Amino acid sequence: MLRVSLLKRRTGFTLAASFAAPTPGVIGLFGRSGSGKTTLIDMIAGLLPPDEGEVQLTGSVLTDTQRHIAVAPERRRIGYVFQDSRLFPHLSVAGNLSYGEKRARAVSHYIRFEEVVELLGLGPLLARRPHQLSGGERQRVALGRALLSQPQLLLLDEPLASLDVARREEVLPYLERLRDWLSIPMVYVSHQFDEVLRLATYLVLLEHGEVLAAGRVDEMSLRPELRAVVAPDLVGAVLDGLVTAVDTAGGTVELAIGSGKLQVSLREVTAGARVRVQLLARDIILATEPIHGLSVRNALRGTVTEITPEEAASVLVKVDVGGPIVLARITEGARAALRLAPGDAVWALVKAVSTRGHAFRLFGAPARAL
Amino acid sequence: MNGLLSPAELDALRLSLEVAARSVAFSLPLAVLVAWILTRARFPGRTLFDAFVHLPLVLPPVAVGYVLLLLLGTRAPLGAWLHAHFGIQLPFTTAGAALATAVMTFPLMVRAMRLSLENVDRGLEAAARTLGAGPFDRFFSITLPLMLPGILAGAVTAFAAGLGEFGAVITFAANIPGVTRTLPLALYTAMQMPQGDALALRLALLSFALGLLGLLGAELLVRRVRRCLGR
Repeated sequence: MLRVSLLKRRTGFTLAASFAAPTPGVIGLFGRSGSGKTTLIDMIAGLLPPDEGEVQLTGSVLTDTQRHIAVAPERRRIGYVFQDSRLFPHLSVAGNLSYGEKRARAVSHYIRFEEVVELLGLGPLLARRPHQLSGGERQRVALGRALLSQPQLLLLDEPLASLDVARREEVLPYLERLRDWLSIPMVYVSHQFDEVLRLATYLVLLEHGEVLAAGRVDEMSLRPELRAVVAPDLVGAVLDGLVTAVDTAGGTVELAIGSGKLQVSLREVTAGARVRVQLLARDIILATEPIHGLSVRNALRGTVTEITPEEAASVLVKVDVGGPIVLARITEGARAALRLAPGDAVWALVKAVSTRGHAFRLFGAPARAL
Repeated sequence: MNGLLSPAELDALRLSLEVAARSVAFSLPLAVLVAWILTRARFPGRTLFDAFVHLPLVLPPVAVGYVLLLLLGTRAPLGAWLHAHFGIQLPFTTAGAALATAVMTFPLMVRAMRLSLENVDRGLEAAARTLGAGPFDRFFSITLPLMLPGILAGAVTAFAAGLGEFGAVITFAANIPGVTRTLPLALYTAMQMPQGDALALRLALLSFALGLLGLLGAELLVRRVRRCLGR
């Protein structure tokens, strides 16, 4: 468990944030620029002293202003991947990687140099200097350097923000591997909802220096606070489903979602894997009767639980599809015509399913599997 | 070389190089420390300290030599104490000439180092912190190597300036052939002699060549180090 409760006053800005998130797992710290994300993780790292508050990681107190506890950053064993990578220019890639490793002599090493080089594909870069690396390579080295300091928590401050889309796609899979293969708790800071959806297991929503909402990603995807921050087109329920069947020829898999099934085009996945998908609210059609003769292949049967008016004459309908909840956006006119009300039975027709990468094993992750 | 220069000229050249080298060796660690204090430390009286460090730049060198004599002369309290306890005598010795030179060139050295220290990204030091490096460790593994261009530039500039230090040396260490008669002092002596014009010109040209070599060497060295640091 990572417990954070911190207060920092600056001219024109006050950060007063608290949350408690389960570990291991990836805590997505999501919010617009200027919401205080970096300030918050700088205080977790100990680089910035809070005015008041405490930081606890799995029971050990790192900061407690009341008891005058402030463990020095160099003794916190918290790895930090900065937005601007901050590689040491006078050292080679190998020198950068081993910088933290050398200084972690006293602790038991659970990540070895060769493993990190392998995991992050750094072999060909070892002899290079930081100025000879591309942006994506730099961030991979920074990630490896932080990992080799044998951290008990890894902070990632928008590690992809300075990269273009192509480079981003080059680094993201490494982050996913890291999450799936190592059980280091991570705090992933981003203002890109996409990245957070792909990586996070737990989401903390920060706005104007305050935690608006926090919870598991699937729960959070239904919360109005999150809807207020992400673009309307990105609103949609996030569901973690189990792969029940694989159609290799067609390149699709069948996911069990609640009491229904969902066809998703996805390759390189085996039965039994957990896959995270997002059903965007704008991509869902509601029907009050079963429909035949339609190109849409996915229909989930469920019950309307809540109808929330939105701007622009549309409403957001929550549908319980046998456990999980799906969000659908329809026009107010359509709602009136269907006379839709909470308690009604409906079919949610899914036009498209956006996969959001592999679902993370939330609990009981293997201690270490490299 | 032997055919080119007379023994006295060679002596002056050797002494100049020795005095400049010793002054740099003596003041280098102290200059790094002072540069660090002036850049990073915040304490009352910092401005005064800053001014004090830069004083030799604006004082007449003779005045600096005279103050050194007042402090470290054989009869001065500090000088007498040093002589009694450690057998160290500074006035009228090569070491004394090096000390006077060091005091005169100290501000030049500090300035160059300060500039490079101000350019060291504090973010890199913070990164080192999160990787487990304590304060001294950080200084020696990150800050100092990144300051290297400035340290080198400072050392070479101080060395080149030290080759020509005149006023403070002649006041504090006198003009003793083979002991404290460096190139500028030898040049001055030659100018005082009735038939010394030719010798003076040779010494002047020698100083000129030496200074030019020093500055060019400094530039090349700094460029090389910068390249190593990837800038």
